[in-house]
Amino acid sequence: MSLPGLPLLLQSIVSGILMGGVYSLVAIGLTLIFGVMKIINFAHGSFMMLGMFTTYWAFVLLGIDPYLSLLLSIPILFLLGLVVERVLISQVLDAPEHNQLLLTLGISLLIENFALFLWSPNFRTLDIGYLKKATTIGTVMVSFPKVIAFLFAFLLTGVLYYFLKYTDLGKAIRASSEEKEGALTVGINLRRIYYVAFGIGTACVGAAGSLAATFFYVNPHVGGIFVITAFVVVVLGGMGNFIGALVGGLLIGLAESVAAAFVPGQLKQFVIYFIFILVLLFKPEGLFGRSREE
Amino acid sequence: MRNNRERTLAWIGALAGGLFFLVLPRFIGGYFLHLVTMIFFFTYLGSAWNILGGYAGQFSFGHAAFFGIGAFTSTILQIHFGVNPWIGMFLGGTVGLLLGLFVGSLSFRYGLRGPYFALAMLAVAEMLRLLAVEWMAVKYPLGITIPLKGNSLLAFQFTTKVPYYYIAFAMMILVLYLTHAIERRRLGSYFLAIRENEGAADALGVNVFRYKLIAMAISAFLTAAGGTFYAQYYLMIEEESTFGTGVSIEVLLGPIIGGAGTVLGPFVGAAILELLSEGTRNLLKGYSGVHLMVYGAILIVVIIFLPKGILGGLQTAYRRLSRVW
Repeated sequence: MSLPGLPLLLQSIVSGILMGGVYSLVAIGLTLIFGVMKIINFAHGSFMMLGMFTTYWAFVLLGIDPYLSLLLSIPILFLLGLVVERVLISQVLDAPEHNQLLLTLGISLLIENFALFLWSPNFRTLDIGYLKKATTIGTVMVSFPKVIAFLFAFLLTGVLYYFLKYTDLGKAIRASSEEKEGALTVGINLRRIYYVAFGIGTACVGAAGSLAATFFYVNPHVGGIFVITAFVVVVLGGMGNFIGALVGGLLIGLAESVAAAFVPGQLKQFVIYFIFILVLLFKPEGLFGRSREE
Repeated sequence: MRNNRERTLAWIGALAGGLFFLVLPRFIGGYFLHLVTMIFFFTYLGSAWNILGGYAGQFSFGHAAFFGIGAFTSTILQIHFGVNPWIGMFLGGTVGLLLGLFVGSLSFRYGLRGPYFALAMLAVAEMLRLLAVEWMAVKYPLGITIPLKGNSLLAFQFTTKVPYYYIAFAMMILVLYLTHAIERRRLGSYFLAIRENEGAADALGVNVFRYKLIAMAISAFLTAAGGTFYAQYYLMIEEESTFGTGVSIEVLLGPIIGGAGTVLGPFVGAAILELLSEGTRNLLKGYSGVHLMVYGAILIVVIIFLPKGILGGLQTAYRRLSRVW
């Protein structure tokens, strides 16, 4: 192991933070679903993969610009989330936790391998000129699509934050996540809240997929790469904690990218898992969470 | 009286089943022999998982960690130090057991429960996989091949599939009997108490931490020993098929579908999964992920309609019926 020079370190800090924006967006959907429904959604990565393929096919078949295809992937994934929640997830809301986990695992096995069946395991990338642009600031190279993805991730998070904070539906969602019985008492329709929240969660990850497709390869198993990281982010930020997920995403993106400068090959993932286990063991309520006594 | 009759029936059933599988290799060919061997093998692995996940209620999502440790330990010992694979199997099991105790004591001490424990186990398995990837990339980029030594029981290598069939069968019977024995003893009651209500079990004086660790140790040892069988059966190991998340999933699917916390659940689940996946593979040749798609669909159906698995569902139905009668 050799110490990387300053330029490399700066470069990894910048790329890490940019990548972290996408992790945040993936994690925000996951943490929203967990916060409201107390369900760990293993199928989250599959939904992201569907978002990526939406953007890919929209460009390849219809020539739609990848950023414009957000207008496709967000509603499609929102609707898909609604349906999956109504038909499947809502059946197990009172089941033991591990059965909920297994159901979402089943859903992800089904979706991913169906995608494999339809679209083959080939690695695909969007071949568009302007996506390959990059500018250099000092010694640091900044790639264009990553900056856009980062900004979009923040924009979408902002919109979502506003929605949850100031609209009636958003307030109802937050109320249900904080105090289920209380929400029921004041006449909030929990079933509706659940499927809307799940839909918003999948829409978020659909958007994250579209954005990631501009600089990452697309293939049926690609979701797994992001979703494991998203689990780490969610636990780090505190399960169900919105701002925690945002900050956690940036932190993990940074940690991963800086680790990659020090350790060879795939071992940067090792660092992520290590952080994950440490947080689970010693700070399960997350870095920013107040400890929840139940 | 009635209980006695049930027991006699169960023994007769077990003997008949045992005899059937003992003579089966005389009548079926290589491909089906492989299929049934895999049913035995996954029953074995599923039962090992079942002791921790089904009985003690500690839901592991990372049994690939133990499986891979077992496969790698015996293989490396065999190749580099000439250690006999049977001894390697025992040593691999022991290394798996130690890993289990280490991971278990950490996560149980810090109160990791339910999905959190499941995810922590997943992370452990993934960490080991990444280490294996890094280590193999330099030394064994194509996987580790075990050199051929011909047909010998001592070398745990055979030129035909029949001996593997019997070894897998023996392993399965052993672990099924072990599960049965645990279930009937105090140990099994402690496990169930912990699974059903940890706080209550603790209040009644069950040493929760200790019995969780015991379940973990048994489960880890057996799973790791299974890793050696896998290595000797294929005579080749690489990181994905030993430490991969797919292994963790396949190990737990059997007991979940057949019925977690029942002796025969893993067998029912493994049989259904293997037969169905072979069937769909034949039906849709050339599509690699099809059997996983079917697994996903079965998993969804079972979780929604039979949350306690097939045998669990049958048990409930039987109890209801016998109450009516």
